[in-house]
Amino acid sequence: MSTDDKRETILDESNKNSFDVNEIRNLFPILDLHVHDKPLVYLDSAATTQKPFSVIRALERYYEQLNSNVHRAIYTLGEEATAAFEETREKVRQFINAEKTSEIIYVKGTTDGVNLVASTFGESVVNSGDNVIITQMEHHSNMVPWQMLCKRKNAEIKYIPVDEKGDLVLDGLEDMINERTRMLSLVHVSNTLGTINPIKKIIEIAHSRGVPVMIDAAQSVPHLKIDVVDLDCDFLTFSGHKVYGPTGIGILYGKEKFLEMMPPYQFGGEMIIEVKFSGPKFNELPYKFEAGTPNIADAVAFKPAIELVEQIGYKNIADHENSLLSFATEMMEGIDGIRIIGNSDNKAAVMSFVIEGAHPYDMGTLLDQMGIAVRTGFHCTQPLLEEVYGLPGTVRASFGIYNTIDEVNYLIDCVKRARNMLV
Amino acid sequence: MQEKTLRETEDEIIDEFSLFDDWMSKYEYIIELGKHLPIIDAEHKTEEFKIKGCQSQVWLTAEMKDGKLLYKAESDAVITKGIIALLIRVLSGHKPEEILNADLGFIDKIGMHEHLSPNRSNGLTAMINYMKNYAKIYAGQSVQ
Repeated sequence: MSTDDKRETILDESNKNSFDVNEIRNLFPILDLHVHDKPLVYLDSAATTQKPFSVIRALERYYEQLNSNVHRAIYTLGEEATAAFEETREKVRQFINAEKTSEIIYVKGTTDGVNLVASTFGESVVNSGDNVIITQMEHHSNMVPWQMLCKRKNAEIKYIPVDEKGDLVLDGLEDMINERTRMLSLVHVSNTLGTINPIKKIIEIAHSRGVPVMIDAAQSVPHLKIDVVDLDCDFLTFSGHKVYGPTGIGILYGKEKFLEMMPPYQFGGEMIIEVKFSGPKFNELPYKFEAGTPNIADAVAFKPAIELVEQIGYKNIADHENSLLSFATEMMEGIDGIRIIGNSDNKAAVMSFVIEGAHPYDMGTLLDQMGIAVRTGFHCTQPLLEEVYGLPGTVRASFGIYNTIDEVNYLIDCVKRARNMLV
Repeated sequence: MQEKTLRETEDEIIDEFSLFDDWMSKYEYIIELGKHLPIIDAEHKTEEFKIKGCQSQVWLTAEMKDGKLLYKAESDAVITKGIIALLIRVLSGHKPEEILNADLGFIDKIGMHEHLSPNRSNGLTAMINYMKNYAKIYAGQSVQ
C-alpha cells in the first residue's frame, strides 16, 4: 500500500468522535505546498475548498476504469458508470434528507442552480407587476438572475435589508410580501459576512403567505447539516467544490410538485423520452433537467467528499471551525484600525475585515508574499459592500476543516506586519 | 545634463531592486514610492480619467509639453501606486514614439510581473494600455 493510498483511506473508525486536525490535513495533498518559499496557509475555503485524496483518486479511477456514457448503455462499463453516477445522487438525497432522488438534479454549481430556477420556474410564475424578494447580502449569483428575470418581466425586485451588524432586518418582511410576490430567494450563509440567516423562520413566513422559497446553500453545506424536509424549502442549491468535492458539479434540490410543473431548462439528448419530427416528449424527473452528457466524472467523485463530511460529522466540523473563528475574531480585534465586517451572533467560518489606511488589495498582496491565501475585493457582493457598508472591498479569511489555530496565529502576525508596512 | 533614455531608467530601476535581498524590503520600497507619487489634480480624479480594475482604481492623465508626454496618475491602493510611480518614472518625459516602443521588461526583471496579470484586476495592465494609447494619439497614429 503506497503512502497515498493510506492517506486516502480516511479517518480511523475508532477515532470517529475525536477530531484530529493533523490527521485531516494529511488527507489533503495540496496543503503540503509552499508559496513564495513559505508553507501555504490556505484561508480561502469560502471560494473553494481543497480536495482530499479520496476525491482526486475517484476522478482518476473514473477515467481509468469506468469512463463511458451514462444511461441506455447495453454494455457492462456503461452500466457501471451509470450506477456510480446514480449512487452519488442517492448519496446526496440522504445527505440533505430529500424524499426522492427525482428531486436531486445535477447542475454545474450554485450559479447554474439559481439560473435554472429563475429561467424556468421564475419565467413561468413571474409576470408584469409581480415582485420577487431577495436580500441585500446575496452573492451576485443569487441576485443577477432575479434582476434579469424581473427586468424581462417588468416585475419588481425587493431586497430585505441588512443591518450594521450583518443581520437581516426581518421586521418589515411581512409587509414586504404582498399578493404579487411570486418568489423569495435567499442565501443561507453569507459568503462575505458569515451570517447564518434564520432561513427556517423566513421560509415559514413566506409559506404562510403562499410564497415559494429558494435557498442558496453554497456556503452552508460545508458547515451545517441541511435537512430540506425539516426546512421545508422549495428549492435549494449548492456547489460540490465548496464542500471538498470537484469543481463543475453542483446540486439543485426542488420539491417534486414544482419540478413537475416547470418547463425544461435546456433541450437536447437525455432530457427527452422520444422525439418525432413533429416534436419531442420530455423525460421524467430528474432527467428532464439534465440535457446532454452530464458531468459524470465529477458527479462520481463528489460522493467521497460527502462521505468525508459525514465521517467527520457536522458537530466536529462546527466545533472546530467555531473555535477557529472565535479565536481569530478575538485576536483580530486587538489590531489597530481594524474593523470586522459581519458581526452577527450567528456566524459561520468567514472573517471579513478592513484596516484603516490599508487597501484590501495591498493587504492581500502582502499576505500572499507570506504564503497566505485570502480573498480580497467585493467577494461577488458588490452592492452589499459598496452600497450598504460603503467599502471598496474587504479582506476575507475563511476556514475549512483543515485549518489550524497555528495558521490563525500566523495570519494575525502577518496582518500586523502588513499593516505596519502599509499604514 | 544629458537626459536619460527610457532604457537607462529601466536599467537604473533594475539596479536599485537588485539591492533588496528579500521581498519585504522590495515591497517597503514600492509602498514608499506609492506614498510619494505626485497626486493627480483633484479635477482629474473623475470617472472620465478612471481606469477600472475590479479591486483597485487608477486615474491617469497625460499632457504634451515640448514634444514630450507627461503622465500623472493616482490609485486607491498603495502597491498599485508604487508600481505606477515606476512606470511614470520610465515613460514620462519621453517622446510618444519612444513610449510606444517601450517593452517595459523591467517589471518582469524586478519580480513584479504578477501585478500585471489580468487576474489581479488592479487596473495596471489597463493603465499601461491607456498610457500607450495616449502616446498613439499624440504620435498622430490611430487608437486601436
